[in-house]
Amino acid sequence: MTDARASGGNPQSTQPPADEHTRVEEQARAAHPAEPGVLSRVGQARHLGLVVALILLAVVGLVTTPANFATSSNLVSILALASTIGVITVGMTFVIIGGGIDLSVGAVMALASVWATTLATQAYGPVVMAICAILVGTGAGLVSGFLISYGRMVPFIATLAMLVAARGLAQRMSDRRTQLVGPDNSAIVDLSTTRVLGLPLLVYIFALVVVIGWLVLNRTTFGRRTYAVGGNPEAARLAGINVRRHTMMLYALSGLCCGIAAVIIMARTTTGSSTHGDLYELDAIAAVIIGGTLLTGGRGTIIGSILGLLIFTVITNLFILNGLNTSDQLIAKGLIIVVAVLLQRRSLESRT
Amino acid sequence: MSDLLVMRGIVKQFPGVRALDGVDLDVRAGEVHCLLGQNGAGKSTLIKVLAGAHQPDEGTVTFGGEPVRFAGPIAAIKSGISTIYQELDLVDGLSVAENIFLGHEHAAFGFTRRGETNKAASELLGRLGHGEMRPTIEVGRLAAAGKQIVSMARALSHETRLIVMDEPSAALAHDEVANLFRVIRDLTAQGVAVVYISHRLEEIREIGDRVTVLKDGRTAAVGLPARETPTSTVVSLMTGRDVEYVFPSRPAPGSHDNRPEVLKVEGLTLSGRFSDVSLTVREGEIVGLAGLVGSGRSEIVETVYGARRASSGQVLLAGEPVPPGSTSKAVRLGMGLAPEERKSQALLMNESVARNITIAGLGKYSRFGWVDRKKESAAAASLAETVDIRPPDPRRPVRTLSGGNQQKAVFARWLVEDRKLLLLDEPTRGVDVGARAELYAVIRRLADEGVGVLLVSSEVPEVLGLADRVLVLREGKVIHESDARELDESRVLDMIMEGSAL
Repeated sequence: MTDARASGGNPQSTQPPADEHTRVEEQARAAHPAEPGVLSRVGQARHLGLVVALILLAVVGLVTTPANFATSSNLVSILALASTIGVITVGMTFVIIGGGIDLSVGAVMALASVWATTLATQAYGPVVMAICAILVGTGAGLVSGFLISYGRMVPFIATLAMLVAARGLAQRMSDRRTQLVGPDNSAIVDLSTTRVLGLPLLVYIFALVVVIGWLVLNRTTFGRRTYAVGGNPEAARLAGINVRRHTMMLYALSGLCCGIAAVIIMARTTTGSSTHGDLYELDAIAAVIIGGTLLTGGRGTIIGSILGLLIFTVITNLFILNGLNTSDQLIAKGLIIVVAVLLQRRSLESRT
Repeated sequence: MSDLLVMRGIVKQFPGVRALDGVDLDVRAGEVHCLLGQNGAGKSTLIKVLAGAHQPDEGTVTFGGEPVRFAGPIAAIKSGISTIYQELDLVDGLSVAENIFLGHEHAAFGFTRRGETNKAASELLGRLGHGEMRPTIEVGRLAAAGKQIVSMARALSHETRLIVMDEPSAALAHDEVANLFRVIRDLTAQGVAVVYISHRLEEIREIGDRVTVLKDGRTAAVGLPARETPTSTVVSLMTGRDVEYVFPSRPAPGSHDNRPEVLKVEGLTLSGRFSDVSLTVREGEIVGLAGLVGSGRSEIVETVYGARRASSGQVLLAGEPVPPGSTSKAVRLGMGLAPEERKSQALLMNESVARNITIAGLGKYSRFGWVDRKKESAAAASLAETVDIRPPDPRRPVRTLSGGNQQKAVFARWLVEDRKLLLLDEPTRGVDVGARAELYAVIRRLADEGVGVLLVSSEVPEVLGLADRVLVLREGKVIHESDARELDESRVLDMIMEGSAL
């Protein structure tokens, strides 16, 4: 199992390589760019492919709808659209690198938005509303994480249960009604309407989450251990890492991101609702996979996930601008997932 | 009687290791041919060649009078060679009958014929003397002995002329072994040949007709009579080495007696695996555990480390009790483990050498969870140099290293200054001779610096040559303890194979 993982899902990897040296060097370069800053990471081959895809999509936008695509208001709306799922994608990247999966993200975000917009919570003002959303998200993540790490449930099942239950709880709390953010708490909505340097505040929140996520994943012991836990849980345990506690923290982190996403969606829609975030889990997982993270864990990057998400968002935007059928949009997205994974497998095989 | 199987000059090379270096084997129809040899002698590789799982680099195989070359396991099965591996390859969720006919089902238009399948399965089970076993029962509900019967029935479901059994008795209780032998005798009476692998000499004397001994990838003796050959001859054939290991010099016997105890284990028990094990390791001392696979040696080490939760007993590290079942606490108290399976239990194959070295001591290179990367890479570089990892570039992916250098990386992981006890489980498995000497030197140097070492190895000379004190295990119990210099290899082999303590 581990061998298959290590070689990128190719179980027949025992044949001795012919040209050990050139390959070894390629691997060394891929694993350790000369200066592992943000720019050089983007310069890695697989990220380069994503950037090229994004540029191609932009060219398509410029050609098909020259009047609408390159306008600042359209670019801002792409970023605003990407912010909500983007924050969730950061958490999802951690969970998947750690060898798990979180299907409950959309539902947990909806629950957090509903809980934060109840009349009782709104009475305490916008700061408490935001804190409430974040606590609810983190709490739900902790519950999933506890079931998975200490209850030994399969992540798919545990988070599926959380998805269904959180959606139900959100419906119950809101009585299936959309709850408006009250006029006293318009500070929440200001995150969407106030602009700094032409961009709404919520885009900055998104950017901040990405930067912090990148730092945690690449510069802290927590991030290092996440790769270890996902890449080889048994080796991680025998190296003295508390794998169960770490796993629980990963889901709590994902829940925390859902809470932040709930604040963003309240700002963008001025509501809390049990219908928010429907199928966000699929978009987030797809973005992570397109970004080159292995679904089996142990390998992946935040930058890749965000590029994957931007590709998805731009496609949605292009379809809307061109007045095309949303069904075709889904077909296009499905094709992109398949193509991206096939390309990644080829690049992995050529290296291992 | 003519030879059913003739193997001549079989060579199989793996990167860095010549696993088979010219092996000969002759098996006659209707005989039980036993294959003996120490771990690493090449038994497993040889049966994989026979089963078609490996292709030999050199040499010829003749089966039933015709030269054969198996492209894969299916080709071998079709020719009439079935292999029953130690890890039984059955599907737990399917029935007995479905398992027996897996891959060649009785079917019509894609639909399985259940009645026919079950009837044919019953017939095969009856032929094995187990007509009472219901073919519809789920295999997952059978005990080890039952599963073995199913594996054998599967072998018979093909036109099998030769069955290879890899340590079939390892998972069986005494009366189940007797039944296994009865089945084997029935098979050989029908003209089927059996290649039987076991470490237990008493079994070989009971069931075997002839014995072939392997040693260091070569045939040491072909076709000895199983009953008449004296134990001493067999043991000396297994042990007489071409390659002498170079062990570092040891301190004088008893020189550790006044040093403080690093590890004290009292009455440690893991039910079903080992019972009432007590031992001590003093500062600077290397204590070796010798025993066969399944004697409980790895389990003892893993339980001391907290990777398995002890049923009872106590572990003290430098006087402090170690809570059971937590590796992270064991590490915090000052233990380190180099586990048995390097690739699946120790290494992060996606990562660089440096990250493999620093993963266990990340706390030392970080502040408030923030990794100080300068400190980390400096530490990784100096640790890699300490154990002399080659090539000396810690940024290389760990998977590109040879086995010996990978093992050095695992050692280096634990060389942070405050380690008190290192647990080494098969530290030289899959490592070539030159790298072994280097690993031995590293282990001794660590001990000289004051670390206590508990060493497990299935290679008796390694334990005797490296350790200061040796504990001999058999079936989960310590049967002997003494200074390593008071023992020799054949005496230890006698003890662990025959169970005659002293």
